[in-house]
Formats: sequence, C-alpha cells, structure tokens
Amino acid sequence: MEPFTRLSGIVIPLPRVNVDTDQIIPAQFMKRIERTGYGQFLFNSWRYLPDGSPNPDFVLNRAEYEGASILVSGRNFGSGSSREHAVWALHDYGIRCVITPKFADIFYNNCIQNGVLPVALPEDRVQELIEKAERKPGYRLTVNLENQTIYDSEGFEDAFEIEPFIRERLLRGLDDIAMTLQEEDEIAAFEATRPSWLEPAKS
Amino acid sequence: MNRQTLFEKIWDSHVVHEPRGKPALIYVDLHLIHEVTSPQAFEGLRLSGRSVRRPDLTVATVDHNVPTIDRWFIKDEISRRQVEALKQNADDFGVRFYGIESDRQGIVHVIGPELGLTRPGTVIVCGDSHTSTHGAFGAFALGIGTSEVEHVLATQCLVQKRPKTMEVRVDGALPRGVTAKDVILGIIGSIGVDGAVGHVIEYTGEAIRTLSMEGRMTVCNMSIEAGARAGMIAPDETTIEYLEGREFSPKGQEWEAAVAEWQRLPTDEGARFDKTVVISASELEPYVTWGTNPGMVVPVTGRVPDPKSLESESDRTAAEQALRYMDLTPDIPIQDIAIDRVFIGSCTNARIADLRAAAGIVQGKQVAATVQAMVVPGSTQVKIQAEEEGLDRVFTDAGFEWREAGCSMCLGMNPDVLQPGERCASSSNRNFEGRQGKGGRTHLVSPQMAAAAAIAGHFVDIRDW
Ligand code: SF4
Repeated sequence: MEPFTRLSGIVIPLPRVNVDTDQIIPAQFMKRIERTGYGQFLFNSWRYLPDGSPNPDFVLNRAEYEGASILVSGRNFGSGSSREHAVWALHDYGIRCVITPKFADIFYNNCIQNGVLPVALPEDRVQELIEKAERKPGYRLTVNLENQTIYDSEGFEDAFEIEPFIRERLLRGLDDIAMTLQEEDEIAAFEATRPSWLEPAKS
Repeated sequence: MNRQTLFEKIWDSHVVHEPRGKPALIYVDLHLIHEVTSPQAFEGLRLSGRSVRRPDLTVATVDHNVPTIDRWFIKDEISRRQVEALKQNADDFGVRFYGIESDRQGIVHVIGPELGLTRPGTVIVCGDSHTSTHGAFGAFALGIGTSEVEHVLATQCLVQKRPKTMEVRVDGALPRGVTAKDVILGIIGSIGVDGAVGHVIEYTGEAIRTLSMEGRMTVCNMSIEAGARAGMIAPDETTIEYLEGREFSPKGQEWEAAVAEWQRLPTDEGARFDKTVVISASELEPYVTWGTNPGMVVPVTGRVPDPKSLESESDRTAAEQALRYMDLTPDIPIQDIAIDRVFIGSCTNARIADLRAAAGIVQGKQVAATVQAMVVPGSTQVKIQAEEEGLDRVFTDAGFEWREAGCSMCLGMNPDVLQPGERCASSSNRNFEGRQGKGGRTHLVSPQMAAAAAIAGHFVDIRDW
C-alpha cells in the first residue's frame, strides 16, 4: 500500500447526507473479479443520464473539478453495503481523502485498508468546506497526516483526530496481514484452547 | 462480581491479543463467503503465496448473481465468471462450497443458521454487511470488507477496535399484525440510520424474547441499517430448540457442553451498556418506508411527510431529494400509493416462517392485474420445505411467480431488477436509490404487508385484512 503523508488537491463537494455505497458504486458494476477499473462507475446513477451521457450538472462532470483528490460530503458517508468496491472506485478515480462529519464503520475500515485517509470534522466545518468548494470550483485543500492538520491558502485551518495506530499504518503504508502473521504463536496458542464443540460437526 | 453484557463475554473469550492503544486481534469461529466480495481476497492470497488458515471454519456459497428462473444458465458473462471464480477458489484452497447444483445453496445469511453453522457465543464474519443476521443466535457477527476477508482467510483473525455497546429494549407484547420487520423498521425510524454507528446493539425486552428465531434474524439483519457494527439477541430456549439436530450442530456430549456454555452467555443482571434506548411495543405499527433510506419510514396509517416539517436543513434537503426520486408528493396517505411490483425475498424475510405468513395472506386471493409479484425463497432448503408444505401452489395459484433461491431483486445485480420508474413493495432491507435497479422505487415492508399490497395493488393495513 502507498504511504499517505501529505496531500494537496482539488476538492469535490457532495452536499448530501447518508451517501450510501450503493450510490458510490451500484451493484451491477461489482461483477469484476479484479480490484481495479471501478473509477469509471463511481457515482454512476448521478453521473450519467438515463441515456448514458454525462449529466452536466453533476460535479464529477465539471471540468473545473477534474483531477480532484479530496471529497467532502455530509454525515454518515459510506453507509449500507460492506462493498470495498466503493473505496476501490473512489481510489481508482483519484480520491485519496474523504472528509465528512461521520463515517459508516465498515466504509471507514475499507478506506484504511486502501490508503485512503478518512477525516472526520465537525458538521459546521464540513459545511464550510462544501460551500467553499461549491463557490470556487477548483478550490484546493492540503491535508497533512503527520501533524493531523488540514488547511487552505485562505486561512481555513483545522486539526483532526485519528487513532494513533491507524495514523501509523497509513503513514507507513503497512499491511495488516503481514503484521498479524507475526503473531502466529499467539494465534496458535489461542486456537489450542478452543472447545471442540466449536468445530462444525460432521453429521 | 464483574457484570458483563453478552457482547463483552463473547469479545473477551475471543481476544487473541489486545495491545494497549491498539485494536484487538480477535479469533473468528466461522467465515462465510459469497462470490461478490471474495475474488480479490483469494487473488491476494495467491499473489503473496498464502493459504487459508482454517478452511474447515470457512464456508462458501453463491447467492448474489444466481438467476432465479434458469439458474443453470447465467447469461451475463461477467456474473458467470464471478460464480465460477468462487468455485475455483474454493477448490484450490480447500473450502467447503455450496454451488448452484447443491441443495444446501442459498443466501449466505439464510444457510448459515439453517445448517447449524451459526452458533451462540461465536464470532462470525462475512464480506457482507447483513452478517449481523447471525447475531440473532447470540453471536458477534459482523460484516467486513474484502481486504479484511483476505486477512481472515490468511490468519483466521480480525483486527478490530472494541465497539461500544447499545441496548435497544422493546417492552411489552407486540400488537396484532405487527411483525419483526415492523419492530426493526420502527427502531430505525426512531434512532435514525446512523443512530448506532460504532455500537453493537443488543435487543432485549419482552417483544424480542417472544419472537421466533426467524423473527429475531429479521431484526438483527437490519442492525446495519441503523449503522450498527452488529446486532445480537441473547440465546434462550428458542435458540437451543432451533439449533438442535441441524446438520452441523454439535452432537451428543459436544451438544451438552455447548448448551451449558450458551446458557452462561446472556447479559448479567446489572451489566452496563454505553447507551440504552427503550421502545414500547404497544406503540409499534405496520410500517412502510416512503424515502430512500430505511429510516424514512411511517406507519401504514400515516401520510408521506412534508419535508418542510423537518427541523434540520440537511434532513429537509434529503427528504426533498428522496421525494423527488420516489415521485411522491407530501401528505398523500400511504395507502393511496399504487405499486407495480412485489418482491418477497432476501436475507431479511425469505425464511420458511416468512413464506408461511405471506402465504396465509394470499391464500385464495388474486394478485391485482396491475401488479407483477414474485416470491424468492432464501435458500434451496427453504424452497424444498415450502414446496413440501404446498406454499408454492398457494403463491402460484394467486398469481405470484415462484422462483429459485438467491438474492434476486434485493439488489440490482442479477436479471431480477426493477425498470426505471417502477414502484415496488419489497420485503428486503434497503430502499436506497437504484438498489433494486436503476431508477426503481422501493418501499420496504414486512412480507405480510408485501403480500397484501400485491393483492390490493396498493399498500393496505394488514390489521384490516
Ligand atoms: S439478500 Fe440482499 S441484503 Fe441479503 S445478502 Fe443478498 S443482496 Fe445482500
């Protein structure tokens, strides 16, 4: 996984609450067996009109937001399905940081697994960022994970919280499996204590 | 004495390692797998030369992509590739697999319990948010992402931050005509779709205790719809009775030992939850969702709300967007809403008890001429049993289609989809925009309410049926 240290980029505003993973990527695009290639399907139902042409009103289709790497949206972002495809689609599109007042739990974990930084800020701060990005297309933010700050060139500045363990993982781009496999002795010791009724019985 | 909740007992007995300031490593007793969220995990194992640590604790089936008319022929090539990939992966890594040809196949959350793989006191994971269903047995069952699926395959453990606990107590007896589905819709309507984020819910109270296992599964299934990490119900006689004698349930002395263990699981008197919500069963009614998330719900006797009546601006905007998508106007009575399609199915409400209840409603009646209705059993076992009981005939005589087991129209991934603009009364769990097909409009209801709507052509109050 790529380490995440600092990111400067264009901000996409998505002024909605409860954006669920079915919106981020509808189920019909989850049939691939690869991890890549989902960016083209990101926000499919909002991004394309029924005839398949791009919806000119949707933020992703506006030239000023092209190349954006930060997404700001309302509370409970990423709710619903556990599909990691949602994060793969965001990542494939170029998004490396999502800012919202409240994340859905599974989505949050999926972000961490893919080196996408989830930043939770208070509701009014998020609203401020959404308004800035809407008013001034091409608006940029800088996110610094090392000192946990987020700022723009016009005086917006805030600090954000993140679990030290998660911060460390993202900064170093670590992979959970390799870390867990180092605990092999403990896993084996635990396994030896499991009662036998826990094994599926053969009938 | 250290008083503990059901969740805390399970958590403590599964921690392999909990370093200070870091998430815990917890051991997984059962890992369920389906075709959509697993191919990339198996590929990851291959790329790094890893194996599945406990194939014996891993069970795979196909559900999301399976066609419900002619299951032997998956027309969509990418869907077929996904189904075949799971079979190949299961073969290569030695995982038990129930494929299209198996009479044990079905929606992953339906087959786990019916095969007796789901047990109280265990940790269960699956790359699927509705894994919370298995919590009905007093298990800590949670949905995970594909990277975590790979982690569990490789290590049989999950890295997990200890969640907070929340008690949702439903006091009193359920009024006539109010089902388990209405209980959970009522709960979500009251605590909101993010009301339980970061928490594991334990459902308690008389109304919960008197539910059948099927009803408890319906309630726990939709915990994720309130944002919960998991939902659970303490095991009791109902649980034990359900599990006894199932294919993979412990047998003989093992059974005795297991039951003794399970009886120690219920939350201790006086144990504390981080949060408690109390709901009075007598206030619950049959519900219908009107919007684009399960929290947008009103009693069947109610009206479509007016966004102007909502307090926060973001809620107002969300309600306006939802009404536009659903093509509904404020203040119209719910029972005036006409429907085009009816779907009785999904891991929420496609077990034998659900089908019996729905069949009871339609017996001797006819589906309205304007409605296309279908019943999709949750598993092949449910289908076989229903056919033995003659339920299939009750449905087909009434004009319903009777299908093969699978996720079907719960999500727009297989041939069963709504057409743009179609309105559906659905016994599933999500009414998100486009969930049942692009442009489709979903109203979540109990299977009984869905059945009655199919006959009437619009929503009706099941209590007047
Ligand atoms: S029935 Fe629906 S909610 Fe359940 S596992 Fe299948 S797609 Fe998911």
